[in-house]
Amino acid sequence: MTKIIEPKKQSNIFRRPSSETGIWSWITTVDHKRIGIMYGYAAFFFLLIGGLEALVLRIQLSQPDNNFLTAAEYNAMFTMHGTTMIFLAIMPISAAFFNYLLPLQIGARDVAFPRLNALSFWIFIFGGAFLYSTFIFGTAGAPEGGYLAEEVGWLGSAPNGGWFGYQPNAGMKYSPGTAMDFWAIGLQILGIASLISAFNFITTIINMRTEGMRFMRMPVFTWMTFAVSFLLAFSLPIIAIALFYVTFDRKFGTTFFLTEGGGDPVLWQHLFWLFGHPEVYILILPAFGIVSEVLPTFSRKPLFGYAAIVFAGFGIAFIGFGVWAHHMFASAISPVAQAGFGLSTMVIAVPTGVKIFNWLGTIWGGKLKLNTPMLFSLGFIGMFVIGGLSGVTHSVVPADTQQTDTYYVVAHFHYVLFGGALFGIFSGLYYWFPKVWGKMYNETLGKIHFWTMLIGFNLTFGPMHWLGLQGQVRRTWVYAEETNLAFWNVVVTVGAFIIALSIIVFMINWIFSKRNGEKAPFDPWDARTIEWTIPSPTPVWNFSKAPVVKSLDDFWHAKYGEDDEGRSVRRDSADQLLQELEEEGLNPSEDIELPNPSYYPIILASGLPFLGYAVIYYSVPLAIVGTLLLLIGGFGWGTEPLEEAIEELEHE
Amino acid sequence: MSSSHTYPHEPTGVETRKLGMWVFLSTEILFFGTLITTFMIFKGRDFPGMKLTDVYDIPFTSISSFILLMSSLTMVLAHNALEANDQEKTRVWLLATAMLGAVFLAGQIYEFTEFYHKGFELGTNIFSSTFYVLTGFHGLHVFIGVVLLLALWSIGQRQKGLTLEGGMNLEFVALYWHFVDIVWIVLFTVVYLI
Repeated sequence: MTKIIEPKKQSNIFRRPSSETGIWSWITTVDHKRIGIMYGYAAFFFLLIGGLEALVLRIQLSQPDNNFLTAAEYNAMFTMHGTTMIFLAIMPISAAFFNYLLPLQIGARDVAFPRLNALSFWIFIFGGAFLYSTFIFGTAGAPEGGYLAEEVGWLGSAPNGGWFGYQPNAGMKYSPGTAMDFWAIGLQILGIASLISAFNFITTIINMRTEGMRFMRMPVFTWMTFAVSFLLAFSLPIIAIALFYVTFDRKFGTTFFLTEGGGDPVLWQHLFWLFGHPEVYILILPAFGIVSEVLPTFSRKPLFGYAAIVFAGFGIAFIGFGVWAHHMFASAISPVAQAGFGLSTMVIAVPTGVKIFNWLGTIWGGKLKLNTPMLFSLGFIGMFVIGGLSGVTHSVVPADTQQTDTYYVVAHFHYVLFGGALFGIFSGLYYWFPKVWGKMYNETLGKIHFWTMLIGFNLTFGPMHWLGLQGQVRRTWVYAEETNLAFWNVVVTVGAFIIALSIIVFMINWIFSKRNGEKAPFDPWDARTIEWTIPSPTPVWNFSKAPVVKSLDDFWHAKYGEDDEGRSVRRDSADQLLQELEEEGLNPSEDIELPNPSYYPIILASGLPFLGYAVIYYSVPLAIVGTLLLLIGGFGWGTEPLEEAIEELEHE
Repeated sequence: MSSSHTYPHEPTGVETRKLGMWVFLSTEILFFGTLITTFMIFKGRDFPGMKLTDVYDIPFTSISSFILLMSSLTMVLAHNALEANDQEKTRVWLLATAMLGAVFLAGQIYEFTEFYHKGFELGTNIFSSTFYVLTGFHGLHVFIGVVLLLALWSIGQRQKGLTLEGGMNLEFVALYWHFVDIVWIVLFTVVYLI
């Protein structure tokens, strides 16, 4: 009889949390699957908020000289839209995939540091809440010579200096009030969350792989998680320091980025984009990984050029640190630097192109099954190619300086981040839906979602190319009627609402399929990687026995052999194998040790927003509360018994 | 598909916590790298008001630097003592390391106060701002290190004593401590000597 060993439920400060269901079990969980699910829902919530902000922007721009929003409100809305989508929606939704799938794909029982994983999630939640508390506590005053104070309003009390926070515009002089402090400190807190998860995942991939899971046998999604974690680990410290400087400038009278005290605003741009460009790959590489899993499965062929895709991914990650100044061609940088960064921008297109040809090679001659995940992956390739091509045009410096700050740039990065990253993410959400919930989603609704989103997406962002080339300027709340920009702006707004409609279809599908969907078969997609060798929904303990991996696409080779002409033929024993795996997966024959739930991650994380408020309001009591929470959390964390408790129980 | 081993599996043979610390330290290099780069950029520029050379006291800072470096030696002695399973010696050397770190911190606080009285304040000019943020950030690291060392020392008071493996272990803290010391060698050179 199997027993799941749990240690003594006690520790130095509190009793050990013991509930297995209900809200406390979620708050204290250290299970990577639950953390992944929570990451997913929280990120989707912020995706909806960011989407609403985008709709508000589009209503304002649907007519020339509109006054639906004031200038101050418009500034706040586009700042929060960008910040939310990047830091609170796409990054955490990728983290949701990493959390849920990474241990399953490498055959591990959990990540290397389960409590740190929970800590990173709670810091993300508190960071997001802190940033959004600006709508309650934040103030955005009227700068001298700018808009009037009475135009600011409730919506305008949010950060308004853009997600890039260019200096000196985001400094105290031009952005008075506390709103930009909420932005700087909020991003600081969110950065800590990502940094913690980055070194957790790096350690997990290096040290938690199961027997036989050599590096060159890892699924491509795991590889891309690896690359993204390195990007996070090496780029977030840079922005963290830069945000320190901003906070000191705004709160403690230094002048790091202000010329009047000898500082340098261009230094902010360098530091910001030295983080900001790797950040672009942080957002897109997870989608590359997802697509590289979906395409082979639904083409029923191995991934074309596995090693090339892996090395191209790392090539992108590496060169990604050397292209940042192409965001700054309109700033004060020398012609030599412009030429150099123009060249490196062209160079980075090469590994990206390698990947695209690999994906095309994968579907070439395959027996394609056009299920929803496959449709989104194919849509991803198409849209990402458009975004990538318009991106390469920016390496031509004279052309780039023409396009800087126009809607052409907006069109470009939405094709990459929405048409690329988000299409990839939706592909993954459908692909692993049966794994997570043990139910099938509704295929018809899924296809409706795909087609409405594809149409809405292209109506929204396609016309922005020509709006930009006609000269419509970004980050500007009105355009004059004489500019003849009205027609395409109406089209763009209609497109944005079609996207909103497609998201509603997605939500309906998700909610009803999760509740009433058909039970998912054991291996619904005839998949290739080992996360499908265990029952769905995944048991708490993941693998009943540590799997032993013998090749790349191990599960596929267990099911399929080759005939004389090298074609894949399903083995006679395949069905029996699936049955055995299902039975074994549900009834482990060994004792299982699971990491224990803990209160301390959430306690530790809750200290950070207090410290943030303390800096904003120069409040010593708040600083003391924050520090105490950190100390209590840290002390409890350090003294919580781990291994000893388990040993003792085994002796009994 | 068969199974022949149990969890946890460490294919590299390096203990997972130690590996995690190495990865963490690699990100720390970027933290300090950014700070030092900014410092170097601004150091070469013209700025009004006081310079560090107007206020600093090289012999004083040299002595406190020496004290911090000696703490790396005591850290190694603590590690050696634990390898020989001499719990008492381990505790003594751990406490010595923490104390040396605390003396360094006290020196830094004294130095900052002196500079302030001489009129070299955080907002005096771009140089003073970068100086305080850079050395203060390092001081925060030393402070965290002292807390970790004291925590380790108090764990060592328990009956079971310290081990080289498991939860809060000595190697884990030692890696961090040596790293913070090495960073100070770079900072002392860049900030005070060059």
